[in-house]
Amino acid sequence: MALLEYESLSIALPGMARPVLDGISLSVFAGEVVALVGESGSGKSVTARAALGLFPAGAGIDGRVRVDGTDLVGADAASLRAVRTTKASMIFQDPRAGINPVRRIGDFLTESLRLGRGWSKDRANARAVELLTAVGLPDPARHLNQYPHELSGGMLQRVMIAAALTAEPRLLLCDEPTTALDVSTQAEIMAILGKLQREHGLGLLLITHDIELAAAACDRIYVMYAGRIVETATTAELFAAPRHPYTAGLLGSSPPLSAPDGPVARLTPIPGAPMGLLDSAPGCSFASRCRFARPGHCDQSPPPLERQGPALVACHRAHELTATPGAVAVAAAGSLSPSKEDS
Amino acid sequence: MTTDPTPAARPLLQVSGLRKTYRTGAAEVVAVDDLSFSVRAGGALGIVGESGSGKTTTARMLIGLERPDAGRILVQGEPLAATVRGKEARLARAKAVQIVFQDPYLSLDARISIGATIDGVLRLHGLHDRAARTARARELLAQVGLGDREAAALPRRLSGGQRQRAAIARALAVEPAVLVLDEAVSALDVSVQAQVLNLLSDIRRDTGIGLVFVSHDLAVVRYVCDEALVLYRGRTMEHRPVADLLTAPGHPYTRLLLASVPRPGWDPDSISRRRRELDPLKRHGPG
Amino acid sequence: MSAQIAGVVRGPLTRLRALGGGWLQRLCLLLLVLFVLVSLFAPWLAPQDPTFGGLGAGLAGPSADHWLGTDQGGHDTFSALIEGTRTSLAGPLAVVLFSTVTGIAVGLFTAWRGGWIDTVVGRMLDIVFAFPALLLAILAVAIFGKGMTAPVLAMAIAYMPYTARLVRGLAVQEKARPYIAAYRVQGHSAMFVAVRRLLPNIGPTVLAQSTVNFGYALLDLAALSFLGFGVQPPTPDWGAMINQGQAAVLQGEPLSAIVPAVAVVLVVVAFNVVGESLGDRLAGRDS
Repeated sequence: MALLEYESLSIALPGMARPVLDGISLSVFAGEVVALVGESGSGKSVTARAALGLFPAGAGIDGRVRVDGTDLVGADAASLRAVRTTKASMIFQDPRAGINPVRRIGDFLTESLRLGRGWSKDRANARAVELLTAVGLPDPARHLNQYPHELSGGMLQRVMIAAALTAEPRLLLCDEPTTALDVSTQAEIMAILGKLQREHGLGLLLITHDIELAAAACDRIYVMYAGRIVETATTAELFAAPRHPYTAGLLGSSPPLSAPDGPVARLTPIPGAPMGLLDSAPGCSFASRCRFARPGHCDQSPPPLERQGPALVACHRAHELTATPGAVAVAAAGSLSPSKEDS
Repeated sequence: MTTDPTPAARPLLQVSGLRKTYRTGAAEVVAVDDLSFSVRAGGALGIVGESGSGKTTTARMLIGLERPDAGRILVQGEPLAATVRGKEARLARAKAVQIVFQDPYLSLDARISIGATIDGVLRLHGLHDRAARTARARELLAQVGLGDREAAALPRRLSGGQRQRAAIARALAVEPAVLVLDEAVSALDVSVQAQVLNLLSDIRRDTGIGLVFVSHDLAVVRYVCDEALVLYRGRTMEHRPVADLLTAPGHPYTRLLLASVPRPGWDPDSISRRRRELDPLKRHGPG
Repeated sequence: MSAQIAGVVRGPLTRLRALGGGWLQRLCLLLLVLFVLVSLFAPWLAPQDPTFGGLGAGLAGPSADHWLGTDQGGHDTFSALIEGTRTSLAGPLAVVLFSTVTGIAVGLFTAWRGGWIDTVVGRMLDIVFAFPALLLAILAVAIFGKGMTAPVLAMAIAYMPYTARLVRGLAVQEKARPYIAAYRVQGHSAMFVAVRRLLPNIGPTVLAQSTVNFGYALLDLAALSFLGFGVQPPTPDWGAMINQGQAAVLQGEPLSAIVPAVAVVLVVVAFNVVGESLGDRLAGRDS
């Protein structure tokens, strides 16, 4: 059984032109690192929060979200609390937003142990030192007496990871955990997350806008666009042969570090901007930005997520495009007339 | 921008011995120390660094929002005045260096439409004929890929990428010799970032403007610039052609930065080990 | 004093608003418009001359001749209420206009300059803060004699720090935003950027505060007239009317005191509701 399982989860907010989430199906097994990649407005953060039973206020919810067998849609407060305190923990983008600036790190870390489990102060402190050591902080005993402002962003994010571990969860949700950090700090945080995941056999869901980071850290990748999953495959498959034009476009949007000699080949960006919540499309949401979109074909109904070789792809033309392996990637890397940009 | 062909050899921007310190209580923090570089017409220099490296302080000194403690900034051979008095001096300074900021949501005046913003810049810089102004504004916006619909819109009606394009057009309206881009693409969506990067390389090709591209992202610097300068705690670690820098990084810090870029098969464990080895250089600063 | 009243009034008002939703704001706005119209057209609206009293007709109950009865001197309460709207609104208007203009000037200047000027002016404002507005007004009357000019001026000075401090806080925050830096870098003068570009962006919030201040100024001035220091009879004024109605209350005919008191409460509450909902809505827009 999957540790985390979404079963066609849809979330709609009143006043929006399209659902925030539209039939999300996703699973994370124990011991597995899975990435959910998307740009702004894709719904990736809403998806992650749903795994803790945090749904937007006033939203219409349909479908299932199961954590270790417990369905969180319509769950009562007690079972939600049980999931949040023993099964799943979340790490957010901005560590400073999640910590009370006038309380010491030690109090922050031991609070749930002392109040939730009734541990003594000494026992909770000992555990906090253990956790801070596990996340690689150099001087845990001293950090317990420090205030959040005395730590750098990277150190504070490690404190947040330690805090997430106090619940001894089996599932770790990381929502852009390194986006606010420097690149070398990002590597450190990813190293710690990877180590903890392996040691405890955790299921880890990494939510990120950075497809390169997802590829570097994860076994499987889900790509989201405008509230839907458009492609999912193992990392190796996804990179070798992206089957959805959006995935290919994302890969073609990042400038390469390699090929260092001579001028860098011109990037081939996806034209236009990601679809906001006030826009909707009757067919494929990506059609208006897609160079493969065929009028009368792609704009009729939303494409279902279907198997194409080793991947699941939601594209009306996936069948034709994947007939020749790598066609999407090759075509996407071809030149795009600048006049089409931001149309 | 510059109509007469400028000799490529003549440096547009020359910075030498730049230093800036901040005083916090008794302690003196050196933000930038002995920074020297030059940018030729049509050239692009990347200033690479993480938080606390002094790259933003450098940008602010270039546009005159911070005053250097020591050192000189020459634009087209003229020293950049430390203080400006009077309209003429202000306009001359504006013509020397312009900037595009990181956050497209806070860098435009929420009350004023994109077109009116550009119009205001043109009027300030002596284009008094209304029809000529309108035509020039349209031309500038077209250059960054924005049309009449976007010109009439308030910033909040536009996407992040469109706002950043507008901010670029606003800077170009002054016809500066040098354009500073302070993390100008890092707040954008990946797909939109690529559009703006292409726009910047077009502008570089078409205008002969000198770019100073401040960024933490080596790949992006590689794409836009031909030279790069790596800053670490205010000091220059390395300053070389960007292709050399990436193929044969000389300084351990550059190597660390390069290794930190996530890619399939990377080894974050070794990165954090190497970072700790560098740490004696760096007491943990604010993150 | 105003601050204390603000504390007392704010709690219940918040609860009231939660109940009322949109209609309460609309009702209060309507009420204010009504009072302003009445004050503009008072001489034509008042059925009788409120300064002309029939001695024999003192303390009459409501009748066809005197809709709201008469006071001790036989003045028509309804006419006095209408004519009194003018003086009762003109005083606070002067206070708010003067305190807003000077407060904006002081707040904007200190925020823009910063440094020691900011500190010194801040301390001076603290000293003014220490004096209740009403006390300053009474002091002014003691020195310059009775009437409206001296207390209005004194109260304007006492209210100024509220606006100045708000403007300073908002302006410091706004000044740090990159769009303001962009205006400076384009070559605009500091004066232009501060007054023409920064101020309009914080203006609505300042206006909301001034609206709330209006209510408190009205309350303070009414209190002053009630104490006999402000508007002098026979000029009709709500505060003075309540003062003269005291004796009537003791005689069991409280109507001539209750009517102006109700008017004061209505206007103060209406200004509060409108001002705060204005502030709330602006805060909502910003986020």
